[in-house]
Amino acid sequence: MNKLSSYSIRDIHKAYRDKTLNPRCLIDQCLDRANKTKELNAFITLTPQVAHEQSLRCQERLQSSKKLNLLEGISVCLKDNFCTENIRTTCASNMLKNFTPTYNATIYSKLMMAGACLVGKTNLDEFAMGSGTVDSIYGPSRNPWCYNDNWRIAGGSSGGSAVAVSSGSSVVAIGSDTGGSTRNPAALCGIVGLKPTYGLVSRYGLIPLVNSMDVPGVFAKNVDDAAITLNCIAGPDDLDSTTIKSAFKPISIKEDFDISNLNIGIPKEYHCKDMSIEVIECWQFVTDLLEKLCKVSCVSLPHTSVSIAVYSILNQCEVASNMSRYDGLEYGLRAKTNYSTEELYATTRSQGFNNVVRSRIFGGNYFLLRQNYEKYFLKAQKLRRLISDDFENVFNGDNKVDLLLTPTTLSDAPLYSDFTAKNNRDQCALQDYCTQPANMAGIPAISIPVKLSKNKLPLSLQLMGPALSEELLLNVAKKIEALVNFPVLEFNQYLNKN
Amino acid sequence: MSFRSSALVRRRIYLHRIFYNCFRYYCKVPITPVATLESDNIPKPNIDINTVALLERLSLVRFDTEQGVKVLEDSIEFANKILHINTDNVQPLYTVLENQSLSLHIDAVTQGNCQKDILKNAVITEDDYFVAPPGNIPLHEIEEKESDIQRNENRN
Repeated sequence: MNKLSSYSIRDIHKAYRDKTLNPRCLIDQCLDRANKTKELNAFITLTPQVAHEQSLRCQERLQSSKKLNLLEGISVCLKDNFCTENIRTTCASNMLKNFTPTYNATIYSKLMMAGACLVGKTNLDEFAMGSGTVDSIYGPSRNPWCYNDNWRIAGGSSGGSAVAVSSGSSVVAIGSDTGGSTRNPAALCGIVGLKPTYGLVSRYGLIPLVNSMDVPGVFAKNVDDAAITLNCIAGPDDLDSTTIKSAFKPISIKEDFDISNLNIGIPKEYHCKDMSIEVIECWQFVTDLLEKLCKVSCVSLPHTSVSIAVYSILNQCEVASNMSRYDGLEYGLRAKTNYSTEELYATTRSQGFNNVVRSRIFGGNYFLLRQNYEKYFLKAQKLRRLISDDFENVFNGDNKVDLLLTPTTLSDAPLYSDFTAKNNRDQCALQDYCTQPANMAGIPAISIPVKLSKNKLPLSLQLMGPALSEELLLNVAKKIEALVNFPVLEFNQYLNKN
Repeated sequence: MSFRSSALVRRRIYLHRIFYNCFRYYCKVPITPVATLESDNIPKPNIDINTVALLERLSLVRFDTEQGVKVLEDSIEFANKILHINTDNVQPLYTVLENQSLSLHIDAVTQGNCQKDILKNAVITEDDYFVAPPGNIPLHEIEEKESDIQRNENRN
């Protein structure tokens, strides 16, 4: 089963039914792959014992029942900012290095109920603040594509999850997406990355970054697997008051889905000045393909170019508020000082947070100062409404479109050395340009790999749709996936090298 | 000289490729970048020492180095690029779920008996309590006494 990294959930379930494969065997292969690719630094914690116990239970269920659960015997991994009972959850920060949750995130409970097996907790930028998975106390994750000494970043902040799926250590993975943290690494690692509608998937147990924008995201090798995973994790949750209250209707992907009546919008503002020509050509390529099958229209989302600056204000404000929970008393790092409470707080927080987290706390508290509150924070929230209204207008106004097609990132995966020459804010300002507007408006978006650049690296595009349009979004994504036939990562080469 | 000319050539090839693709297919993807609404000509913000001290007290984090102040100024400069955009009569958007009401919990005990769990992750506990050092001592008083900033800089 060397082809492990290209097998879909349906293939694996067929193999289970035909008894040519069993869950224990699949989990062993995933763990073996994870160990052989340690250099890529996808995982913070591997959980072989948990995975084995879960796979044995799958085997028992397989013997007693003909009907398989949605994710029966499927390996998953979780970004290390989702709480897992008795499994260390670090957010890749010194602050939570010693933190072992006593409860499970809803998403993990649901995955377990669906029969999934947890192979590990994956790497991220500290507290998910970044777009490269380069700012982790466990070191950067590395992109498996064209891997050599001069390696490329995985994208971020959920880079570990993207690497785990693209390198075959896990069939699917969960990340979080605040400004593009799922779609961005999925795009750079050549896999599918789905950011659902805000509130469709519970955030209970997801350690928050920006409460008003955070969404759990899905990584998979193909659109079908992403749809199956979404069907397992979506729906209202009493433990998260910001989940959408109406019942979730499972998504079905239809082989003969008809797109001829659709109108796909091409928002012109997504062509920004730092976009690489290869990305534009890739965008043109798929636009032309679609134009043969359905209607394609130019549309305008006028406030796109300011979205990234608005996002950065709101992000820092919510971060300043969210991070105030870390004081060293109840959990996490506690500095060795006892003179006063404030001194303990300040020393703990200076030791526990990296400079990116600290600078966002300062920025947020500056924007929230009494004299700045209206000037920056309220202004940003008003602009957020204009950005959100832009989407409202293209989806519901005159000449409305059903979905939007844009690039996901501005270029293929940058070299680690080039990327780290910029500071975190500039990195995010470039990397999140196309992705964060969807978070501002709370709408669903999916990144799908399209073709390889001349450097032999994945180029991906993004589809966005109105709130709760996941079924349409995924069906059209599947159509594009079939049209472009993106290659599977050849992994034997990497394994032989070592 | 050679760098400039190669950049020019690249630019020309770029335009050529884009125009070529465009005319051939009549593609809907715009051929040139759309101008940004961000304003340039933003004066460099300057954060004075009192503001730094205030932010340190509010944030309960230390700036540590001058680099930290520079990053803050940079981030304010970035934010200032969008302040000129007209938002008269626009209501702030706090949450994208503004059209749905928050559900109320039933007034009943649903959790409990988890004292052990709650205390489990604390580094120091005493008789089932969290432990904090003495309160009511403002941060900057301490710093003058102990010059922590210097200690921190030495550590880094």
